[in-house]
Amino acid sequence: MDARLEGPVAAGIAAQVDEAAGGRHQTLWWRLASIALFCGAWEVAGRVPINLAFPTFSSTVVAFFEMVGDGTMLKAYALTLQPLIIGLIVSASLGVSIGVAMGLRKSVEWMAAPIFIVLQAAPVAAVIPMVTFVYGIGLTAKVISVCLLALPVIVLNSYKAVANVNPSLINMCRSFLGSRWQQIIKIILPDASPVIFAGLRLGISAGFIGIILAELLITPTGIGDLITYHRAIANYAHMYATIASVIVFSAVTLSVLQWVEERWFRPEKKRS
Amino acid sequence: MVAVTRKFPRDPHGEDMSSLESIISVRGINKVYPGQVHALKDVDLDFPAGALTTLLGPSGCGKTTLLKIIAGLLEPNTGDVLVKGKKVTGPGPERAFVFQDFALMPWATVLRNVGFGLELRGVAEAKRSETARRYIEQVGLSGFEDKYPHELSGGMRQRVGLARALAVDADVLLLDEPFSAVDEQNRRKFQEDLLRLREIERKTFIFVTHSIEEAVYLSDRIVLLSRRPGRVSQIITPQIDRTGTPDEIRRDRAYLDTVEEIWQGLRQFVD
Amino acid sequence: MTLFGYRLPMMSSLIVWCVIWEIVGRLELVLLFPPFSGVLAALVDLVQTQKFWDATWTTISTFCIGMTLAIVCGVSLGVLMGRVKAAENLLGMWVNVFASAPLSALVPVLMILFGMGAKTIVVSVFLFAIWIIALDTQAGVKHITPSLIDMAKSFGAGRRDIYAKIILWAALPEILAGIRLGFIRGVKGVVIGQLLVSIIGYGELFEIYSRSFLMEDFWALTIVLFAFALLVAELVGMLEKRIEYYAGVRQ
Repeated sequence: MDARLEGPVAAGIAAQVDEAAGGRHQTLWWRLASIALFCGAWEVAGRVPINLAFPTFSSTVVAFFEMVGDGTMLKAYALTLQPLIIGLIVSASLGVSIGVAMGLRKSVEWMAAPIFIVLQAAPVAAVIPMVTFVYGIGLTAKVISVCLLALPVIVLNSYKAVANVNPSLINMCRSFLGSRWQQIIKIILPDASPVIFAGLRLGISAGFIGIILAELLITPTGIGDLITYHRAIANYAHMYATIASVIVFSAVTLSVLQWVEERWFRPEKKRS
Repeated sequence: MVAVTRKFPRDPHGEDMSSLESIISVRGINKVYPGQVHALKDVDLDFPAGALTTLLGPSGCGKTTLLKIIAGLLEPNTGDVLVKGKKVTGPGPERAFVFQDFALMPWATVLRNVGFGLELRGVAEAKRSETARRYIEQVGLSGFEDKYPHELSGGMRQRVGLARALAVDADVLLLDEPFSAVDEQNRRKFQEDLLRLREIERKTFIFVTHSIEEAVYLSDRIVLLSRRPGRVSQIITPQIDRTGTPDEIRRDRAYLDTVEEIWQGLRQFVD
Repeated sequence: MTLFGYRLPMMSSLIVWCVIWEIVGRLELVLLFPPFSGVLAALVDLVQTQKFWDATWTTISTFCIGMTLAIVCGVSLGVLMGRVKAAENLLGMWVNVFASAPLSALVPVLMILFGMGAKTIVVSVFLFAIWIIALDTQAGVKHITPSLIDMAKSFGAGRRDIYAKIILWAALPEILAGIRLGFIRGVKGVVIGQLLVSIIGYGELFEIYSRSFLMEDFWALTIVLFAFALLVAELVGMLEKRIEYYAGVRQ
C-alpha cells in the first residue's frame, strides 16, 4: 500500500537510463546480449515445441510485420490509444492535483487518502466489466477503466512526493521571505517532481492494463479485438505479435517519459 | 585570567563595542517542544551590532532552536524577539540564515541558488545575476556559476549558502553550525575567510557551533548555554589580539587560556 | 487531522464515504452504486451460499500456490541479480520491463497454454507477483554494505552461511516490502485471471452478477475481494514492522 516502495520499479527503469548515460558501450553490449538471449530462448521454445500453441520468435516477428503492412496493427492501435490517451490525461491532471492538495492540506489528506489507498491495493479490475455494462461499450466506459487503474497510483505518489519534500529547503525559502505560493512553485513542486514522475510512469502502466482489460473483457475493439480474433482462429503467431507489441509499446512510452522528465525538470541529472 | 566580564573589546573596525547598540534582543524566550521537551528557558540576550556573537553549548542545549527563533523560523512559546527595537514574528529582510545542511536547491545552478533570496523578492533577472556573480566571486567560487550542487564539494556548497545569505544584504547573518559538515582543512580555511569577510562587510553575525576553538577563534562574544532546558549560563568576551596571522592567533596565550577555561566549564555536561 | 480539537484516525473518513455512498444510492444518482445498506444485506446473504465458499476456496488455493512459487523464484532471482553482475546485466532489463508491463495482456496466452482452469490462475498469480519481488530483493541485496560480508568472512563464514545468515537477513526489509507488493499484485493476478477465464471461482460469480445487473451482489463480492487484498497487505506490513527496528541502521 506504500506508494514509496513501488520506487524500486521506477528506480529500476531509471537505473537503466542512468546506466546508459555512463559506460555507454559496455551497457549496450549487455543490452544486446540480453535481447539476444531472450529471443533465442523464445525461438528454441517455439521449435521444441513446448506447446503446440507456442509459436517461434521468428514466426511472431513475421506476423508482426504482416499486420503492420496491411494496416490492421495501426488501425487497432488508433482505436485503443484514443481512450487510453484521454484517460491518462484526465488521470494525470486530476491525479497530480489531488495528490499535491493532499500533501499540502491535512483536511484533503484525511478525506482522500483512505479511498485511494484502498483503490491502489485492491483489485479494481473486478469493477471493469460492470463499468462496461453500465456505461455501454463506448469511449466513456474505456476512459473510466483507464482512470480507475491509473488514478490511485498517481494520486498516492504525488501525495507522498509533496509530503516528503526536504523541510530544510522549505525553511530556507521561508527564511528568505518566500510566500507560501513561492514555496509551492519554486521548492515543493521541483523537489517533488521525481516522485511525481515515477507515479506518472506507474500510472501509465496501470492505464495500459485498464484499456487492455476493458477490451478483452467486454468490448473487443482495437488491440483487444486483435488478440481475441487471432486467438479464435488459432493464429497464434499473430496473437503473440500483438501482445508483444503492447508490451514493447508500454516500455517505450515509459522511457520517453523518463527522458522528458530529465530534459525539462531535473536537468542536474543529465550531468551525473 | 581571561576577562569574563561584560566589557566589550574593540571590534575589527577599532570601535569600542560597549557603545554599540543591540541590533537584536531576545526577552523571556521559552520554547517547549511537543512531548514536554523544554528546549529553552527564560532566555534574555542582547546582540550588539557589528559584533560576532557565538552561541555555544553541549548538544541539546537549544542553541540551534534559539537561532531559529531569532531568524523567525520557529515561534517561541513565550517571549519576544526585537530587531532594531521593534518586535518581530517570522523572518525579515534584515536577517539572513546560513543552513547547516546547506539547503541548496539541487535542481538549480550555483548562480540561481545564490540569487534565490533576490529572486523571491522580485529583483529583476539582470540585476540579480550581477549581484550574485559579485558574491560568488567574493566567496571564491568564480567559474562555478553554472555548476549544480552535486558537482561541488561540501565546502564549496557551504560557500554557495554563504554567498546567498550575503547577496540579500541583510544586517544580521545567522549561521547554524555552518562548518560542521565540512572537513577539517576546509573548516579552518572558512574560519579564516570569515574573519577576513568581517573586515569588508560591516554586518552583525550570530553563530552557532559546538566547537570551542571555533568559538574562541571567531567571536567577539561567546554566550554559553547550559544543558536542557537551555539557559544562559555565562557570557565570555575573549580578549584576543586578532591582528596576527591565523597561526599566531591559534597560539596566542589568551586564546589557549580561554579555550581551556570554557572546556573546563563545559566538561560536566559530557556524557 | 483534527476536528474540534480531537485527532481523527487515518482511515476514519471511510465512514464519511460510506454515508455518501448510502445517500448516492438512495437518490439513485449513479446507476453503478446501489445504497450501501443494500450491499451490506447482500453481503450477509452471500457468505451463506455454498457457491461463494467454493469460489473462495478456488481463489485462495490458487493464490497461495502461485504466491509461494513467486516468492521462492522471485527471491532467488533477485538474489542472483543482486550478487552476480552478469545476471543483472542480462536479466535486469526484462525483469524491469515485465514489472511495469500490462501483464493482463499475457493472460489470453496463458489461457491457450494452460487451459481454462485453475492452472492458468496459478500461473497468472505467479507472473503478476514475481517481478516486483525480484526487483525489490535485488535492491535489498545490492544495498548490503560490503563491510558486513567482509566481517562474516573474517570470522570464517562459508558461502552458505553468508547467504543464510547475512545476506537474507540484511536484505529482509526490502524483501518483505517486495513480497507485500507482490501480494497486492498477486491478488490482482488472481482476480484478473479469474475474470478473463470467467468460468471458475470469483470470475464466474462476477460474470453472473454483471450479466444480471445484480449490483448489490456485485459490490458485496467486490468488498470481500478488496478486504481480502487489504488484509493480506496488512499482514505482511505487520511482519515488516517487526523487523523495522534494524532497517534504518544498516548503514
